[in-house]
Amino acid sequence: MSEPNLHNHNSSESFPFSNKVPKGPIGNKWEQHKGKINLVSPANKRNIDIIVVGTGLAGASASATLAELGYNVKAFCFQDSPRRAHSIAAQGGINASKNYQGDGDSNYRLFYDTIKGGDYRSREANVYRLAEVSANIIDQCVAQGVPFARDYGGLLDNRSFGGVLVSRTFYAKGQTGQQLLLGAYSALNRQINRGKVNMYTRHEMMDLVVVDGKARGIIARNLVNGNIERHGAHAVVIASGGYGNVFYLSTNAMGSNVTASWKIYKKGAFFANPCFTQIHPTCIPVSGEHQSKLTLMSESLRNDGRIWVPKHKKDVEKIRNRELKPTEIAEEDRDYYLERRYPAFGNLVPRDVASRAAKERCDAGYGVNKTGQAVYLDFASAIIRYGKEKAISTGQDPNNTTLIDKLGKQVIKAKYGNLFQMYEKIVDENPYETPMQIFPAVHYTMGGVWVDYNLMTTIPGCFAIGEANFSDHGANRLGASALMQGLADGYFVLPYTIGDYLANDIKTGKIDVNMKAFEDAEKKVKEFISNISSNQSGNPVDYYHKKLGQIMWNKCGMSRNEQDLKKAIEEIKILKKDFYKNVYVPGESGGYNEELAKAGRVADFLELGELFAIDALERKESCGGHFREEYQTKEGEALRNDEDYTFVSCWEFMGDGKTPKLNKEQLKFESIELKSRSYK
Amino acid sequence: MALSGIFLMIFLLQHLAINLTSLIPDNGETFNTISHFMGYNPIVQFVLQPILIFGVCFHFVMGFILEYQNRKARVQKYILHKTRSSWISRNMIISGLVILAFLILHFDDFWLPEINDKYINPVLPDPEKYFFHLQEQFYNQTYRTIFYCISFVLLGLHLNHGLASSFQSVGVSSANKHILKVAANVYSITITVGFISIAIFHYFIH
Amino acid sequence: MDLSLKIWRQKNKNEKGSMQDYSIKNIEPDMSFLEMLDVLNQQLISGGEEPVAFDHDCREGICGSCSLVINGAPHGPHKSTTTCQLHMRKFKSGDTIYIEPFRGSAFPIIKDLIVDRSSFDRIQQAGGYVSVNTSGNTVDANATPIPKPNADEAFKSAACIGCGACVAACKNSSAMLFVGAKVSQYAQLPQGKVERTERVKNMVVQMDKEGFGNCTNTGACEAHCPKEISLDNIVKLNREYLNSKIK
Repeated sequence: MSEPNLHNHNSSESFPFSNKVPKGPIGNKWEQHKGKINLVSPANKRNIDIIVVGTGLAGASASATLAELGYNVKAFCFQDSPRRAHSIAAQGGINASKNYQGDGDSNYRLFYDTIKGGDYRSREANVYRLAEVSANIIDQCVAQGVPFARDYGGLLDNRSFGGVLVSRTFYAKGQTGQQLLLGAYSALNRQINRGKVNMYTRHEMMDLVVVDGKARGIIARNLVNGNIERHGAHAVVIASGGYGNVFYLSTNAMGSNVTASWKIYKKGAFFANPCFTQIHPTCIPVSGEHQSKLTLMSESLRNDGRIWVPKHKKDVEKIRNRELKPTEIAEEDRDYYLERRYPAFGNLVPRDVASRAAKERCDAGYGVNKTGQAVYLDFASAIIRYGKEKAISTGQDPNNTTLIDKLGKQVIKAKYGNLFQMYEKIVDENPYETPMQIFPAVHYTMGGVWVDYNLMTTIPGCFAIGEANFSDHGANRLGASALMQGLADGYFVLPYTIGDYLANDIKTGKIDVNMKAFEDAEKKVKEFISNISSNQSGNPVDYYHKKLGQIMWNKCGMSRNEQDLKKAIEEIKILKKDFYKNVYVPGESGGYNEELAKAGRVADFLELGELFAIDALERKESCGGHFREEYQTKEGEALRNDEDYTFVSCWEFMGDGKTPKLNKEQLKFESIELKSRSYK
Repeated sequence: MALSGIFLMIFLLQHLAINLTSLIPDNGETFNTISHFMGYNPIVQFVLQPILIFGVCFHFVMGFILEYQNRKARVQKYILHKTRSSWISRNMIISGLVILAFLILHFDDFWLPEINDKYINPVLPDPEKYFFHLQEQFYNQTYRTIFYCISFVLLGLHLNHGLASSFQSVGVSSANKHILKVAANVYSITITVGFISIAIFHYFIH
Repeated sequence: MDLSLKIWRQKNKNEKGSMQDYSIKNIEPDMSFLEMLDVLNQQLISGGEEPVAFDHDCREGICGSCSLVINGAPHGPHKSTTTCQLHMRKFKSGDTIYIEPFRGSAFPIIKDLIVDRSSFDRIQQAGGYVSVNTSGNTVDANATPIPKPNADEAFKSAACIGCGACVAACKNSSAMLFVGAKVSQYAQLPQGKVERTERVKNMVVQMDKEGFGNCTNTGACEAHCPKEISLDNIVKLNREYLNSKIK
């Protein structure tokens, strides 16, 4: 096994593109920028077409706003309706620095929390802008009829989330993502009804068309009849979400994929920090080989649940053989490992820390389900604590254990009833009586397409917004910030900044899809399809996706080391070869064929997986979700290297089979001092 | 549909009230008086009766149109379809058709002779004939009585769903859902038991 | 567990479909229903056959992609559960399971168990929104207090996932519950009240145009709704509609 040649890049620190961050104090940058950038007049907007790929929070809100401004929008999604994008599954809430609670929140505080939460690997100016527009998002959503939770006075309610000291999270029960997406979807529908948006559902973007160095359209496949279509536009916006499904098992939807981002990467867009992945600690564990997807249990459960595994291996064995119940293990035989390792924060350490600690215990052989990949989240002491409080406050006997048990369960039910019900539906165990089993799962990808301050990629005319870009969350995202970013990009940032580019395009006229670039791109797509579906027998697509997922999870997952990463790179290469040789896609390419669609997505995941591992290998530090075993403190905590790695790793495609080139955008922190995180 | 249904439900109450007077042991005197009034009062005959006939026809025609539209909304049927809903709510067309068949017989029994006496082969008004005619139709008439009773049961079921449904269709507040359900039960049982007891009474007692 | 499956197979919209028999072995009770179908599909692909096409995406009961009429019931035998949340432990070894698509003239079949539900989107496009500009500044979110009960009721209506089970369950393929949920969500919020008259008219016109049947209040929609959207939404829709006609 040879180390990939990562040193062919120019190690001088010059970055080939400007990030276009305006000069001036951080608080004035966005206002000034908006005042200075070029605009397109209403009359000219009518002559400009924009393609938006993806209709989640970012894509739907951008399509709606762009159409409202007067542009002609073509929106694409692979689902049967724009409303089904995976933003819909977000549970917890959306942050905004409204300071309605009067608890000292401000734009600066939200900005600071986000930068710190991201372990100082995000771009200051973008994050500050995000904090600045956050309040407007809430106004916008309320105006659209989004039914946020309210207090008895009729005003908006807030809850607090991990990693912050204020209550700034707006929510709609456990379905905030759904309500926000339906709001954006309704705005999109309004524009569809006005004829300003043409909606293409069940369409997959197969490639980006670049003419004279500018993005001029896409090649899309109609998933219903298999037709390959050419769509021209003056700008292309990628809003296709994250790539967590490179792990096969994740909390992402089955169809979530990297294809759109990957295609633009291969056409020249830089891909930034691919190894920054968030692994969420409280998910329902894998129950067997057949598992197709993982389900998240809200982070809020860690407020009252205590996480533990048995202290002794003999108990673990008995539990796995169902000879012993967890409730029968004595208190002194339990290892509350988070409380043991992090006495100050206990069970409330940030997501990345909690996830790694669970993996450490399971790797050591203490996992409590049949696959050995689960730990307990126990509410028994919370039930007793709440039960006693309730008994005392209602003047009943606080020493009556039956009564306390009953009262405590009532309190827990009021707080987490719907989550407990969801757990019971999936696992078929009653979490009021026996501890929940949980395990970390891939949840969100902070990395993505590199964009400048205008959200434009390194391809002129090609933009990336929402989870698809890299800019705001650094190496770790805080809870309730994904929804904020998606809507900020779509409603309030891109619609302004895109004008700066399009102002030079008003004389271009209609994009002719008969140009050679379209022809070539279409030909390539058709070749790929016939190539991938040529085998008459072999392994199903899922076989490869699962194998890739295993490599990624075992070697590029919660903790990484040089040796494993190198192995992963080799294994993925071999798997990729085997994929093209032996993948079997049944059915015809001329009709609805899910296997064919999956094959295209997995082909891209295989390539991304390799870049992911290369990036993780190259980043010789531990930060946020990226934990390199070689770079940790004596106590096993992450060790960041600000001296050498305060940069964005921007990968440049150099051709199939060639090692990608690393470009570094140095991160400059002018408003915030870099500090290390400690939760001891 | 809902409005004509509500109208017909009011009519039925009135019909039942009049018919119940035939159970009064006064040799049919009250019943005859009211029936004669209904039969010869010009407002009843020339205003209310046509409205009623229109209401009945409208209800049936609309029912058929609805059924046609609803069938068209699912051309390819399910191989297996077992939903959590009551049989009667799904089969209003069946209970409706039975009621239609019943109405034809009922018209033949009571309404046509009346029309015949009045307009086709006119005879002098006989204020005493109604009670006698009623008894004649049911006394010892096993088949007719059984068919009437079955029809009343189906009518009751039809009304039970119809009442709650019609109020929902005209948007009556959901807060009253429980009251609606109770009202539907009381009303439909009253109508069914009322008419059945009249038929059975006259089957046995002359 | 071993199962017999009877699954509707249909090549495309225009060709005739039929029920096909499959048998499947060694299904684990912890599998979800869709994972059981995944296993079947892997089996079919290995045998050189085309897999059964079905819609699915989030697999956690919120996106509304999954459908299926299982043993005659949309989303299967359990209340307030989507197909993707249904687990095989609810079945017994040796069971025969009927699997059909959501049927309705407004939901034409695309392939096998996949139907085209874009009629729902078109109804929403006809008026399922508040006409507020997203590019401008709006008033502060707390400028108009909304009583908590109204906000909570609006949320309950807004919880609809647009899966179409109401249509599939209804003997008339009526979409009233779906439309009712959206209309009553907005009717209960001050922001939505402004356009309530036009909204309900336009949405109902579009609903009828799409070829959905009429509501006869059987209540099957509510009983099979995985999100427990209440029949009250239909009552409210009727009220809104009548009001719009009177005005």
